[in-house]
Amino acid sequence: MSDQNKDIDEETGVETTGHEWDGIKELDNPMPRWWLWTFYATCVFALGYVIYYPAIPLLEGSTMGISGKTNRSELQIEMAAADASRRDRVAMLAEQDIEEIAKNQDLVRFAVAGGASLYKVNCSQCHGSGAQGGPGYPNLNDDDWLWGGDLEAIYTTIAHGVRNDEDDDARFSQMPAFGADGILDRPQINAVTEYVLNMSGQEHDATLAEEGAVIFAENCTACHQENGKGNRDLGAPNLTDAISLYGNTRTTIRAQIQQPKHGAMPPWIDRLREANVKQLAIYVHSLGGGEEAPAD
Amino acid sequence: MALFDKHKKLEKNVSFLFIGSLLAVLVGGIVEIVPLFYVKNTIEKVEGMRPYTPLELAGRNVYVREGCYLCHSQMIRPFRDEVERYGHYSLAAESMYDHPFQWGSKRTGPDLARVGGRYSDEWHVQHLIHPQAVVPESIMPRYSFLKEADLKPDQFAGHLVANRRVGVPYDDAMIENAAADMRAQANPDADTSGLEERYAKISIRDFDGDPTRLTEMDALVAYLQMLGTLVDLEAYKQNENLR
Repeated sequence: MSDQNKDIDEETGVETTGHEWDGIKELDNPMPRWWLWTFYATCVFALGYVIYYPAIPLLEGSTMGISGKTNRSELQIEMAAADASRRDRVAMLAEQDIEEIAKNQDLVRFAVAGGASLYKVNCSQCHGSGAQGGPGYPNLNDDDWLWGGDLEAIYTTIAHGVRNDEDDDARFSQMPAFGADGILDRPQINAVTEYVLNMSGQEHDATLAEEGAVIFAENCTACHQENGKGNRDLGAPNLTDAISLYGNTRTTIRAQIQQPKHGAMPPWIDRLREANVKQLAIYVHSLGGGEEAPAD
Repeated sequence: MALFDKHKKLEKNVSFLFIGSLLAVLVGGIVEIVPLFYVKNTIEKVEGMRPYTPLELAGRNVYVREGCYLCHSQMIRPFRDEVERYGHYSLAAESMYDHPFQWGSKRTGPDLARVGGRYSDEWHVQHLIHPQAVVPESIMPRYSFLKEADLKPDQFAGHLVANRRVGVPYDDAMIENAAADMRAQANPDADTSGLEERYAKISIRDFDGDPTRLTEMDALVAYLQMLGTLVDLEAYKQNENLR
């Protein structure tokens, strides 16, 4: 609008837009000051942002900005700082023998704290959030170990896992399916079941158990030993305690002889690295059932 | 005020207004859309990525159908807390064969981008049948019916064809053998030499613990056990892909 035909509203003294509908005119009030200045400020900020950070897409990649900061480079810096703060201890964990580490109280504290959080993320899904285990997944709080409960043995089990195809050093053993493969017949399996119930001190049929003892001696002692206490080199469980991976009742014991279930555990050494696996081993060892290293 | 007078002309002439607004939209379009034509330079160069095997793809279809993405993300963001918990951050290359991608936007359950190999097959089967049996504090619903739902391998080649049309490099041999490959991956006794040649880094075993049937449980567990395991992260050059 040119200045000549400026239309000023009489009531308010404010210029109108010059539009008129049925005698109604529209005031042309200026934008509120605070709003205008905020708008200018965001423009200045946007300009600064585009210069400082990666922003404008180009044909190949984008402008990097003078800061050169990206999510991924920021992460690298953050991880480097975190690594630096624990470098000494992690290096000691990675290099030292695990029995050696166990003698260093400061290092053990560090390992148990780190191991506890690693456990929650990686292990609790199977072994339970309180390491209490479940059917098919061993309890890690007690002193009943399938593959050994000293630091070295726990470390090996975590690092290489159990019955997996990924790691050639994985723990491996397989109990024959005595029933399904026809090694023992139904009455024989019933008899052995009674004998196993007897060994673990439970209510059982004494005559059948006597019969079962003979069958046990012929078929089971190679792995579970004559006294039924098992063999950790073979992952053969101790049958004389009341702890059984798949249940300790007549039905579950019989099912396990008929067609055994076998647990599997993935190897963790590649996923977590040396120091972390040692932290986990020390943590699990500290839960209550940890054993001393065997004297050589 | 001269500028405002010109604007009046623009507003009063429909043709001018149309051309003017078209120009405004074009500028926005060029800035936002054109970079997508060069999308290749946002996908990192990695080793090991391959299209899904027919069984994995079937498992992925189950994953999408059941809406797993509503509670589980497949996107490890480049933050320290995520990287320390889940592993290396997700790369664009790792979802380049996903149509649609399963990044998700909500984590009620944990991220699954690198869940492959973390747990045993048996755990996955137990967990899908009855999550609370292995993780008492879980609120995940049961998917026990997957073990009863048979897959239909003979009609599956079409899924590979559809994926090829949107850019997944399935070759003719893969499509021709889709049904046989799907059966063979869940059967350790089958002849799998062709299958292993077509798909690198493939796991061949009975996934659901029931060798007599080929079920959706086989497919879903095969898919989960593969997630995040394909790309060789040792060979991946972090510093060349900072963005």
